[in-house]
Amino acid sequence: MNKRKLEEAFFKALMLLSTSIVLGSLSAVFAVVILKGAPALSLSMLTQTPKGGYYLGKEGGILNAIIGSLYLAIGATALAFLLSLPIALYLNEYAGKSRFASLTRLSLDVLWGIPSIVYGAFAFIIMLYVGARASLLWGIITVTLFVFPIMTRAIDEVMKMSPFKLREASYALGSTRLETALKVLTRQTLPGMLTAILLAFGRGIGDAASVLLTAGYTDSIPRSLFDPVATLPLAVFFQLGTPIPEVQQRAYASGVVLLALVLLLSIASRISTRKFMKYVIK
Amino acid sequence: MGIFNPHISIQRLNVFYGERHVLKDITVDIPEKKITAIIGPSGCGKTTLLKSLNRLIDLVDVAKVSGNVLVDGVNILDDEVDVTDVRKKMGLIAQMPNPLPMSIYDNVAYGPRIHGVKDGKELGQIVEHCLQAAGLWSEVKERLGEPASKLSVGQQQRLCLARALAVQPECLLCDEPTSALDPISAQHIETQLLTLKKDYTIVFVTHVLRQARRLADYVIFLYLGELIEHGPAETVFTQPDNPRTKAYIEGVFG
Repeated sequence: MNKRKLEEAFFKALMLLSTSIVLGSLSAVFAVVILKGAPALSLSMLTQTPKGGYYLGKEGGILNAIIGSLYLAIGATALAFLLSLPIALYLNEYAGKSRFASLTRLSLDVLWGIPSIVYGAFAFIIMLYVGARASLLWGIITVTLFVFPIMTRAIDEVMKMSPFKLREASYALGSTRLETALKVLTRQTLPGMLTAILLAFGRGIGDAASVLLTAGYTDSIPRSLFDPVATLPLAVFFQLGTPIPEVQQRAYASGVVLLALVLLLSIASRISTRKFMKYVIK
Repeated sequence: MGIFNPHISIQRLNVFYGERHVLKDITVDIPEKKITAIIGPSGCGKTTLLKSLNRLIDLVDVAKVSGNVLVDGVNILDDEVDVTDVRKKMGLIAQMPNPLPMSIYDNVAYGPRIHGVKDGKELGQIVEHCLQAAGLWSEVKERLGEPASKLSVGQQQRLCLARALAVQPECLLCDEPTSALDPISAQHIETQLLTLKKDYTIVFVTHVLRQARRLADYVIFLYLGELIEHGPAETVFTQPDNPRTKAYIEGVFG
């Protein structure tokens, strides 16, 4: 075998190795969580809120955390999208190659790198300052702060890839910038935007640190934005922290629920992405 | 201009890309309801000239434009002029077909919609009429809801023609519209343009001389950003004034 063929074989092996490490760890996480959690999973766990003594291994379920997580993640994702879309459209359709645009992108990248606990602490200070109590609303605000840079940059990247000829086509018909942004650019980047939204949702629903101080924790389902709210990651955290083996197993079961939620959403978004994908101009 | 009525008057048009002088003091009239071919070797400023006529040149950050382009007596380069009106009036067919990311129907309806046509029935009529004028109707009438990206490249270009017609322009600016197409599709486009010239002023950029001979009533020859010669196609092609035009037409350089 000559040198170039050897090179080719070596790098192919390297890539296969990396891929299998990633896929292997993913399936290992799934396997551990499911194997440990599945036996403890029951219908009552999904349909009931914790009864007295739940954390000591008695009756009840984690419906409060399931609903709480969904409220929180959906609220924060929606709010983050309302912030992200205008920023991404501005960066791509209005700002051009200005310094302000590159400064904005830099800021977003820095924000992306800040750990979620810092957002939690930041929001907590503001809550102390205005005298607010931990609630669904503050949980949503914190998670929004934490996921919107991720969502914005993800949308920004797909918009940057959108071919210039599309904008040219739209402008040539007499469109304004806004029409081009809202009717052409968003149509073209819809699949990418869905992916960005999913990414943000996944980060939001899975994060424990940002809501630890801001969302509170409760055994009941919140009735308003101002009630405290439980989340699945915190449910996992608290249940794992008990010394009782049955409760620890329920922590894994809660993990299974969280995984299943994210997985279901991923599949749903893949299917809808495919539907929108066919309109995209390559 | 004799039998030619000027529709577009280009006066002392200069375009710079940064330091580079791309169009040098161009002054020429483009006749109404004729096909005017802009010919010249690559990089001579043909596309820049075309894009100055519908202000798409505004999208080029580094471009500086001076001079006048009068359409119906109005200087479209004036800052006061509403650029969306200019572009509505000056339809563009790009070199590469550029359908929008939507269905065949919506591609044609997009323009009328943004310019205020809301009635569904009226939109339907516009779409059918324009697709017919572009010679595409019979091929797509059964599948108007399909994505435009599913069409062949040649069909996409005719869709772009239909889309341009749908906003009722006065002029059609064509930037080598057949260079990416197979010969049959190219012929389709040429046929449509020859039919359309009775209603529209057509400006056609090409570097294929045979195509210019087939289509053009009037010819503008650019070389390195300068206007070398212009005149009725027969005159320019058979007895050019300028030795450089003669050399180009005879294929000495290209």
